[in-house]
Amino acid sequence: MQAFASHYTYWVTVLLLGAGLYIMIARGNLVKKLVGLSIFQTSVYLLYIAPGKLIGGTAPIVSEAYQVYSNPLPHVLILTAIVVGIATLALGLAIVVRIREAYGSIEEDEIVAADAQAGDGR
Amino acid sequence: MIAAHLPALAVVVPLAAAPLIVLVRHAGAAWALAVAAAWFSFGASLALAAQVADAGVVSYAMGNWPPPWGIEYRVDALSAFVVVLVSAIGAAVAPYALKSVAAEVPGELRYLYYAMHCLCLAGLLGMAMTGDAFNLFVFMEVASLAMYVLIALGRDRRALLASYQYLLLGTIGATFYVIGVGVLYLQTGTLNIADMAARLPAVAGGRPAPAALAFITAGMSLKLALFPLHLWLPNAYAYAPSAATAFLAATATKVSVYVLLRFHFSVFGESAVTALLPMPEILIALSIAAIVTASLVAVWQADFKRLLAYSSVAQIGYITLGIGLATRDGLTAAVVHLFNHGITKGALFLLAGGIVLRAGGARFENLRGLGRSMPLTALGITLAGLSLIGVPGTAGFISKWYLVLGAIEAGMWWLAALVVLTSLIAVVYVWRFVEAAYLSEPGEAAPRPGEAPMPMLVVSWLMVAACLWFGFDTSFTVGGASRAAQLLLGGAP
Repeated sequence: MQAFASHYTYWVTVLLLGAGLYIMIARGNLVKKLVGLSIFQTSVYLLYIAPGKLIGGTAPIVSEAYQVYSNPLPHVLILTAIVVGIATLALGLAIVVRIREAYGSIEEDEIVAADAQAGDGR
Repeated sequence: MIAAHLPALAVVVPLAAAPLIVLVRHAGAAWALAVAAAWFSFGASLALAAQVADAGVVSYAMGNWPPPWGIEYRVDALSAFVVVLVSAIGAAVAPYALKSVAAEVPGELRYLYYAMHCLCLAGLLGMAMTGDAFNLFVFMEVASLAMYVLIALGRDRRALLASYQYLLLGTIGATFYVIGVGVLYLQTGTLNIADMAARLPAVAGGRPAPAALAFITAGMSLKLALFPLHLWLPNAYAYAPSAATAFLAATATKVSVYVLLRFHFSVFGESAVTALLPMPEILIALSIAAIVTASLVAVWQADFKRLLAYSSVAQIGYITLGIGLATRDGLTAAVVHLFNHGITKGALFLLAGGIVLRAGGARFENLRGLGRSMPLTALGITLAGLSLIGVPGTAGFISKWYLVLGAIEAGMWWLAALVVLTSLIAVVYVWRFVEAAYLSEPGEAAPRPGEAPMPMLVVSWLMVAACLWFGFDTSFTVGGASRAAQLLLGGAP
């Protein structure tokens, strides 16, 4: 039980990861799929950041007075990953706008049906 | 002075060219900038490959921060080989793109095509050269985001959906990779790939290391379109602008294969983590499934670009088959096929782009009578098709030869027979082209007589010539690949 409780951040990570993937697979709405993608990526931010924090740790200052410090590197990495995530989401939404202009719908089944109707349904 | 900074310059020049192109906006000037940047990268890569051949490993401390703290660019025999392939294709496709993009992309968007070409090139080169696992992820996303845009620029509306699907699956793949790297970072406390390989044996006992291997393998398999994770590939290749298809088909999946090789052998090689999971068996089983299924699906395609896309999935199967064998000859085959398939498929998609330009599409009814209306294009496709099959005298034969040797070396005779047998399926789909081009009367949809514009034809034929050249002179391809294979099997350099 203690092992379970002390690793609670991992359980949250796994939960978010599974939820995000499930939304991407189960939802037919293209915007909802992107929401799932965002949740999925967020789980990874947590995976990196949570172990970087030490309770009672300070910022990494080179001094005799501070012995226990939190590792700043994961936070920097995840700042980068967040930027990447935002770029992906922005591009994804832009493509959805173009899809809506071209097909008049953002529901996957309606788009597939439109393509099949347009002729060579491959 | 400049020679010491080649690893950085090869990536930075195309990376800086991209925003410049967006500022310039004029399509012609954008094209000139893209060509200049791509050729500079190609020159720098060749010089870098010469340095690597002399010195063994070229290490470059980005911003003068010494590794393993700073980000290191580390170019060894394997990365130099991949870098030369990627920059060569980039340099070849850039001049080709002028006419092809002018025909397929609306005028006000053309400069964006060239900006994305440069970004994609920079990202792929960065992936191949960086010695930092997280930096690799960032470059992977730079390249991937540029690819999604390139695909979405296709004129068919299905290109948008193909791009969207690739965006979802590609991001899942990249995120799986980051999860794997994160777990490795928590275990070893380092992100430098060489440093990670040195520290991993000490912590390889527990559950996290195999989990990291599994995540990275699954993520990269999505990126390199290993069966059954290839679903994004056929539509993306079929509906992207022709020049983009040629560039992506010849480089993107190949660089992902490089990352897989790097982690399977350089990082996990010495720590025996791979022995905890049945990795070779899984790779071999999936590769066989890819080769057989995708080749059969390719035979039934009505569109020539889609046929080539499915054939790509099958050919990637041959590459991963070599990785699964994990013997000296098997790995040589994988690395050589990475190069040979890159130039072969590049040549085929470039020539198909000429057909799209002249006939408005590359469906089989457009191909009827092509031997008379576009004789040079038809001959080029036939020759590159022979390389796809693996006929002696072409580049494709060399890779199949080493693959058969590798299978025999591993004691799997049935696998060697299977490689030869499945090549016969390739004969069927290449024959479908020959039949349409030479043995059919031109239909209504066939192009009027006349070749593709001269620059496109010259570039395409240079690639076809490369397919034949590397079928005879293998000192660069097999020499480079066997050095790379030795390096991979010897653990981290």
